[in-house]
Formats: sequence, structure tokens, C-alpha cells
Amino acid sequence: MAYSYTIGGFTYRFDTLRELLAKATPLRSGDALAGLVADSYEERVAAQIALADVPLAVFLNEAVIPYETDEVTRLIIDTHDKAAFAPISHLTVGDLRDWLLSDEADTSTLHQLASGLTPEMVSAVSKLMRNQDLILVAQKCEVVTRFRNTQGLRGRMAVRLQPNHPTDDAKGIAASIIDGLLYGSGDAMIGINPATDSPAATSRLLCMLEELRERFAIPTQSCVLSHVTTTLQLIEQQVPVDLVFQSIAGTEKANASFGINLSLLQEAYEAGLSLKRGTVGTNLMYFETGQGSALSSGAHHGVDQQTCEVRAYAVARAYQPFLVNSVVGFIGPEYLFDGKQIIRAGLEDHFCAKLMGLPMGMDICYTNHAQADQDDMDTLLTLLGVAGVNFIMGIPGADDIMLNYQSTSFHDALYARRVLGLRPAPEFEDWLLRQGIIDQQGNRLSSPIQKQLYTAWVG
Amino acid sequence: MSATNVNEVRKAGVEPDEWESLKAYTNARIALGRTGISVPLRESLQFKLAHAHAKDAVYSALDLSDLQKQLAQCGLPVYCVRSQAMHRDMYLQRPDLGRLVDEHSVETLRQLNRPAVDLSIIVADGLSATAITQNAGLVVHGLVDKAKQAGYSLAPIVLVEQGRVAIMDVIGRLLNARLAVILIGERPGLSAFDSMGAYMTYAPRPGLTDESRNCISNIREQGLRPVLAVDKIMDLIRSAFRSQLTGVQLKEDSNADSLPT
Repeated sequence: MAYSYTIGGFTYRFDTLRELLAKATPLRSGDALAGLVADSYEERVAAQIALADVPLAVFLNEAVIPYETDEVTRLIIDTHDKAAFAPISHLTVGDLRDWLLSDEADTSTLHQLASGLTPEMVSAVSKLMRNQDLILVAQKCEVVTRFRNTQGLRGRMAVRLQPNHPTDDAKGIAASIIDGLLYGSGDAMIGINPATDSPAATSRLLCMLEELRERFAIPTQSCVLSHVTTTLQLIEQQVPVDLVFQSIAGTEKANASFGINLSLLQEAYEAGLSLKRGTVGTNLMYFETGQGSALSSGAHHGVDQQTCEVRAYAVARAYQPFLVNSVVGFIGPEYLFDGKQIIRAGLEDHFCAKLMGLPMGMDICYTNHAQADQDDMDTLLTLLGVAGVNFIMGIPGADDIMLNYQSTSFHDALYARRVLGLRPAPEFEDWLLRQGIIDQQGNRLSSPIQKQLYTAWVG
Repeated sequence: MSATNVNEVRKAGVEPDEWESLKAYTNARIALGRTGISVPLRESLQFKLAHAHAKDAVYSALDLSDLQKQLAQCGLPVYCVRSQAMHRDMYLQRPDLGRLVDEHSVETLRQLNRPAVDLSIIVADGLSATAITQNAGLVVHGLVDKAKQAGYSLAPIVLVEQGRVAIMDVIGRLLNARLAVILIGERPGLSAFDSMGAYMTYAPRPGLTDESRNCISNIREQGLRPVLAVDKIMDLIRSAFRSQLTGVQLKEDSNADSLPT
């Protein structure tokens, strides 16, 4: 089906929904690299005006990637909840934007709607929204998940403690963990990116995290971010696996480049469940995503990078994840060039995931060849804190010495919690208070546990 | 600002962390201390300085005439070429253009009309011309010496502006080389802004991808020292010629480090 809009006698034509979505996307370098962007500022707005008039029902009939050739499309269509969609089935994309911002769309209404929305509908509506719209609607969504503690409650913001080390040195990692815990981080998880993805190295790190967590009775969960096949192997060997990690993307071909497919993810999810390690809930999958991943593996099928990204959330949604993380600025300036593009993408990713019912957090980050700096991260952190982000990263001094990029620090998390009145996950907050690491106001204290923690581990 | 001045700033309300001794175990920025819940100025400025070094490295340019003089001492002709990325911001946003040689440069290399050779050595700015300025000279000299000793024939050295790794395959092919080596500036991190990488492809030709290459990274005085890097590269070259391939399938020599990239 073709779409068009006429401005001053000139008619812009968009041959497919895929093309319309791409041309309506706020400018970013990845879509330019893929040759998908609007040719002018006017064409972009023309596409947005045309997109606003597209009925949502069209999205159920015109797939951006064919049903026959892509299992992610099949997942999206086959699991679409028609009953949940019914109340908005008469709306256009533009109507949906106005309705989402209305007072009628409250937390419970949005919760019920989630399974009736396809990723393409969500991506489409986000393209018509300003940053403040993305923040306002995301803030109305509340997505709560549980494993060993509770994530996503209103007024809370958790932190993934990311203690990476270039050689996976146990003491080096422990030093960063202790630093983070004593700054009140680690409630989302203690999650290590291993320098080597070998079963032996992963197992060693998991056992170390298990020992630390048990010894100090920390109500959190651990994760070593190995490939899902490595984790599956370790589960079979009874290694203590809490969260099951995998990077995912929004097309079958891009997932294949990650060495995964939907049935492998299902197998990993079931294996994780079989361990029965969650104490307050059974959400255990941890997914990472990021705009540009499909294009970087040549697997985007002419679909803009943001729509590909939201399709990855449909993949995540199938496995009731504990947390999902968009590593927004990690992939580099060829996909998101500068602070402006990173901030916009971060707000889009968070909004789209929340609207689809996902426990969304964000690695608010950039690489040194992107035109961004810590000021941009402060801005995005503050905006996402306002929007109700489930969790952020906590990295010593915001400088990851293994992955060589900059994110947010333990101090940054304390800043966001303080200026926005946010608190850690409840079970973890109780632990911090009991240990005397923080007081009721979130101020950091000096306490005997500090010495105990660091002498026990490296002393 | 001198170190003493920074320390004076620290006196105002800054509380150090009790676990500073843990810094012995990691280069991560731990035990930074705090003022309120915020990072002390001294640490904030040190982070900014590291980021400034990294940004300066990304936007650094090759000093072509100086490099050309330096490399010419190897006794090989040195040619300068450009990729199709016209400037740095284009290079950063269009990696595809950084992998292609611009038309004029293609003509220059084609007109050389070189007979087949064993080895083509290429030097490119990549994401840090600083890394090349500091490390390429030593490595090229070492490589040329050892290659000559080993009896390999050598193509002219090619210097590339705004080049990505895969441009080696285009140049290697134009120079009719059996194996191409590129020395290229790596993406600067906060801990190192002057790291150089070395990539190798056997039977270079346009269209190859990362799995056809082998890589040695972190070449710099404080990382893998240039003299040692030369030995590692030579080990890989020898095993590549022996196996007639590079990439994930290349078996490691006893001393060689053949990480896939």
C-alpha cells in the first residue's frame, strides 16, 4: 500500500509502510548510513503527517518484514492480543499519540493495552512524539518484576553494578563490587561482562559472585554476560546461574548473527526456571538491545533502526524478562552520532519498551568517537530518572576499563536518586539500612561493614 | 592547574573512602571519595583530562610528510592515499566510505603496475592518528627488516588518510600482494588513546570481512611494546603463508597470538 502527503502542490509518496516509518524517523546517522532517511526536513515532516493518518489496523496487515521469511514477524503476528487491541482498534497512529497523553490513559489502562500493541505501532507513535511526550507516557507505565528482589516499583530506581576487569581478575572485580555496594549500587544485579566467553571463566566468576552474595546475605541477583549457549551448558553443570543473559535484535537474521533464535531462547528460559533460584519471583531473563544492531549485521531488511529495535522488545517480551537494557550509545557514532541523537534514542527506547510492558533500564553511555560527553549523560540520566527508568548502570567513575566506553557511575546513581527522590529496590534498601551503608535519606554512612566487606574479600 | 592546587581544592568538604587500599587490585576508578554524594573535583577533572586525550586522538591528523620521511628510511617507496571519507565527521558516520580508496588514489596505485609480491604494508590513521605517530615507525622498520631477512618480497608502503581496516584488502589487491598487513589507530579509550592495532589478510581482495583477518591489538609502549609486536606479527605472517589463509581458521603458532577480530 502506498502513502502520500501533499505540501504546496508537491506530493511526497511513500511506497510501503516500511519506507514511511523510515522517512518519518527523527534524523540519526544509522538510518543515513542505511540510505533510509528523508531527503529533506520537509519530507520528514510530510512522512510524519502521513504516518499520523495511518489506521493502527493497517499494521496488522502490512508487515515491514515478511511473515514467511522472519520468525520475529511471526512471533509478533501470532502472539498479538486482539482483545487487548480492541479498545484502540479504531484509532490512527496520530489518534494513539493524543490518547496516550490523555488522562484516560492511566497506569492500569496502559498495562492492559501492552499485549495489544505491536512493535511497529509503538515505533510509529514514538516518531510523532516529542521528548516530553515520551517521558510523560513512560512515566505512567509501571512494570514490576521479581527474582530475589523487586524491580520497577514507582519511586524506585535500581542500579546494575558492572565491575568489569580487562583480564577478569577476581580481586580486581571484587574491588569494584565492594566500591559499588558501599555506594548503594547493585540492586538490579551484579553483572559482569567477561573478557573471555569460556565456560570455565564464566563459571569461576559466577561462583565468586555466589559466595559474596551468600556471605553478606545481599538480596540481589548475579549475572555473567556470556553467550546463552555458554550459560545453558553451565546450568546443566549445576553452576549457580541467577539471571540468563543474551543480546537480542529485531530480525531473525540479526539474531542469527548473534548465534541465537527464538527456540534457543525458550530453551534457556526453561533451563533457568528449572533452577528455581528466585526467592520472590520467577522473572530471570536479562536482555540487552541497541539501535543499529540489525544494520551492523546487514540484517535490517530496509527497516529503520528504531523500528528494528522495538521489534527486539517483542522478542524480549516472549520470555517475561527480569530486566531489559538498551545499550544506547555503545554501538557508535555511525548509528547515533552525537549527544542529541543518543538522548533522543534513549528516550524512545525507554518509552517503547515500557509501553510494550517491559522492565526497561538503560546503559546511558557513549564511546570516545561519538560527539558526546558526560554532560550529555547527565542530561539523559536526569530525563530517564523522571521518566521512571527501572535501572541504570553503575560503573566505577563511569569508566569501563574492559569495554572502553563511558556510562554512569555509582555517584551518578546517588545523584539521580537524590534530586528525584528515588530509592533503591525495597529489599536491597532494607539491606543497605541494616548494614549501615546508607541512612533513611540515602546519605552514605561510614560503618563497620565497610571494613568487613573489603578485608574479607581482598584483605 | 598544578597538582598542589587540586589538592587544596580537595580539602573543602571532600571525604576520602576508607577502602583506598583496594586501588592496588584494579585500574578501575574506585574509592574516588565524595563531597556530599558527588565526585570530588580532582577526580572529575582527571576524568575530563582522559576524555580530552581520547577526543584529541580521534580528531588528530597524520603528519604525512614527516611519516613519509620516517618510513622511507626502510628503503621502500612510500605512497600516500585517501579513502572516500572526505573528512573526519564523514569518516565517523560512514564506515563504508572509509573502507574504499578514492578514485585518484586508485589510479595512482594502479599505475604503479607492480609485479606480484609477498607482502604489502599499509599504515592508516583509523581512530587515532596519534597512535600511528607514536608507534607505526618502529613497527614498520622492524617488519621490513624481518621480512627481508625471511626473504619475503615487499610492495611499496602505503599511507592512508581516513582509512578503516578493510581498506587493506582493496590496497593489497591493487598492489598484487599475497598478504596485506595494516597498522591502524584503535578507538581511544580513557586508559589508552595511543593504541595501534595490526590486522592481516591472506589473499586480500575487496569484500572480505572480519572473520578472514587476524588481529594484534594494544600496540603501544605501555601495552604490547612495538618491538614485541613485530615478532608477533611476523609469527602470524609465517603461519599465514604456511596455511595459505588468515582468519578464524588460522592455527596459532607457539608464540603467535591469533585472536579473531
